[in-house]
Amino acid sequence: MDYLPNIIFLLVLVAGIGFFAKNVKALSRNIKLGKDVDVSDNKPQRWKNMARIALGQTKMVVRPVAGILHIIVYVGFIIINIEVLEIILDGLLGTHRIFAPLGVVYDVLIGSFEILAFLVIVSVVIFWVRRNVIKIQRFLKPEMKGWPKKDGNLILYIEFVLMTLFLTMNAADFQLQTIDALHYVKAGSFPVSQFIAPLFSGMSEASLIVVERSAWWLHIIGILLFLNYLYYSKHLHILLAFPNTYYGKVKPKGQLDNLEAVTAEVKMMMDPDADPFAAPAEGADEAAEPDKFGASDVTDLNWVQLLNSYTCTECGRCTSECPANQTGKLLSPRKIMMDTRDRLQEVGNNIDKNKGEFVADGKQLLGDYITEEELWACTSCNACTEACPVSIDPLSIIMDMRRYLVMEQSAAPSDLNNMMGNIENNGAPWPFNQMDRLNWKNES
Amino acid sequence: MSNELKVPTMAELFAEGKQPEVLFWVGCAGSFDDRAKKITKAFVKILNKANVSFAVLGTEESCTGDPAKRAGNEFLFQMQAVTNIEVMNAYEVKKVVTACPHCFNTIKNEYPGLGGNYDVVHHTQFLKDLLAEGRITMEGGQYKGKRITFHDPCYLGRANGVYEAPRDLIRKLDAELVEMKNCKKKGLCCGAGGAQMFKEPENGNKDVNVERTEQALGTKPEIIAAGCPFCNTMMTDGVKSKEKEGEVEVLDIAELIANAEDL
Repeated sequence: MDYLPNIIFLLVLVAGIGFFAKNVKALSRNIKLGKDVDVSDNKPQRWKNMARIALGQTKMVVRPVAGILHIIVYVGFIIINIEVLEIILDGLLGTHRIFAPLGVVYDVLIGSFEILAFLVIVSVVIFWVRRNVIKIQRFLKPEMKGWPKKDGNLILYIEFVLMTLFLTMNAADFQLQTIDALHYVKAGSFPVSQFIAPLFSGMSEASLIVVERSAWWLHIIGILLFLNYLYYSKHLHILLAFPNTYYGKVKPKGQLDNLEAVTAEVKMMMDPDADPFAAPAEGADEAAEPDKFGASDVTDLNWVQLLNSYTCTECGRCTSECPANQTGKLLSPRKIMMDTRDRLQEVGNNIDKNKGEFVADGKQLLGDYITEEELWACTSCNACTEACPVSIDPLSIIMDMRRYLVMEQSAAPSDLNNMMGNIENNGAPWPFNQMDRLNWKNES
Repeated sequence: MSNELKVPTMAELFAEGKQPEVLFWVGCAGSFDDRAKKITKAFVKILNKANVSFAVLGTEESCTGDPAKRAGNEFLFQMQAVTNIEVMNAYEVKKVVTACPHCFNTIKNEYPGLGGNYDVVHHTQFLKDLLAEGRITMEGGQYKGKRITFHDPCYLGRANGVYEAPRDLIRKLDAELVEMKNCKKKGLCCGAGGAQMFKEPENGNKDVNVERTEQALGTKPEIIAAGCPFCNTMMTDGVKSKEKEGEVEVLDIAELIANAEDL
């Protein structure tokens, strides 16, 4: 029976990590529903971007208050994970504080975990106040109603509870060390939990052990549950920010891709030797449907755009910088990302339900999620892509959907049709004759 | 002097067997829009004064395709691009200067993939180089000590990372450069980009250019400097809507320099 806790721990750990692996597989499958895109270029620049933007949090501090609080939670998250390693080893081996022989190093480690845990609690409380009391504009936009708001708060509650459990565990441990309880070696320093310990001062050794063990178990179970909550929430950015900044745009922000399918056709139209009645080249797959121009659903987007959508943590910096949104238009770049993710999730669930085949559900990203009015309000100014702390590109999705509207549906606003007609006929967006292009030279 | 603009075309120079140092890409706004034509002429006056060997394409120039591309019409964009590239490659163009950040962005970033490789600069970069090489001189003249705020064109600033060239030129005028609350990387759009120039805005509670103009007026400027013909139009309209056209002028950097030198 002595090994019962070890066995239970092993089962819990395997279940937690197993479910997480299943989530990662689903996530990866969904992202791969996107079209292929070549991102093998500029490797040194990509690594640099990841190091600077994701690891170094450079874009976060553009807004100093949220930025610094975020860095505390981020550093806390990474550093305190060293403690999780000890907890896992203790759990599997039935030891207690297996790293204790590190001596002074251990004291410093535990001490800094405690201080970080305390700072995380403070930050999380401030974050909650910002979302729920101060009512910062970007957290109140229409797309944040309902689940997204709950999701945001839930994450803060979980982090608060996890940190509190960690400090409670240490406080009880500290108290047990003070009364020389068996197994509770004197190890670690407790700069924060020593102030919680007096709450337990009158308690018996047995009760203290109950408190310490409960906090220990709840802490590790909580961490495993949180790990599995990620997939169902906006919080995936803690993992995906790294690949996302790596695969993010490395070209100048102003550069849109040139559609290759169009290039082939244009080149043929411009080639005086091309035979318009030529039979398709030998070996060409006649059954293959020609590629759709632009995007009307998530599967028309490329996989980096889909990765973008899962990486978005709905902070709303893009939307708060968007000139269209600032002037009351319907467009919100954050909503573009949330819609893309929600539709992708729907398509993924559909495939799961239908044994690996997508069964048409009469819905698509365009119209059912993102309206034309939103798409046409964009000024392509790149304020959103500049504001994003993790290199998400809502503009590329907007442009791909405009391409579908114009090239597949001829559904541009009539003013734009006039503009394009002018370019086609006389080489300028206005109805002026190309032959008059140099008239300015002689006008006074 | 204003009637004696020397504006050779590539075709004329080609006939004489000459190759200019740089092609001045005038753009549609610079060719046809009454306000923007003044910017074109101001820039040409500076080029003439500095004896820069340049030429324009004239009637052989056509829209770069930027508004078509941003509206989603990739076909039309590539037709325009391929046609323009054929013309420029035929003249063996190496360097291009333009006063329009949209043309600048398109030719610099989107033409190479279609066979058009040129060294493309915005006119503020070109002017800064002329100054550095001592080919033009600048003194504040009438702008000495004036409060000037610079509106960053999205397609020059965020899109291509050019923030300092226009600002350096304003400082050279001995003017007092004042920054808006949103400037450089955080510059607010004028509202014209992404083909918005050619359509009515979607429903909202304000026009983007009015919002931006309010930010500009917040710096209490005497002049709002621009570096894009479309921004210029949007800011001019914004100033009018605030009934401040008597107090605040909207001028392109090229105009500031030409005026300061009494060209």
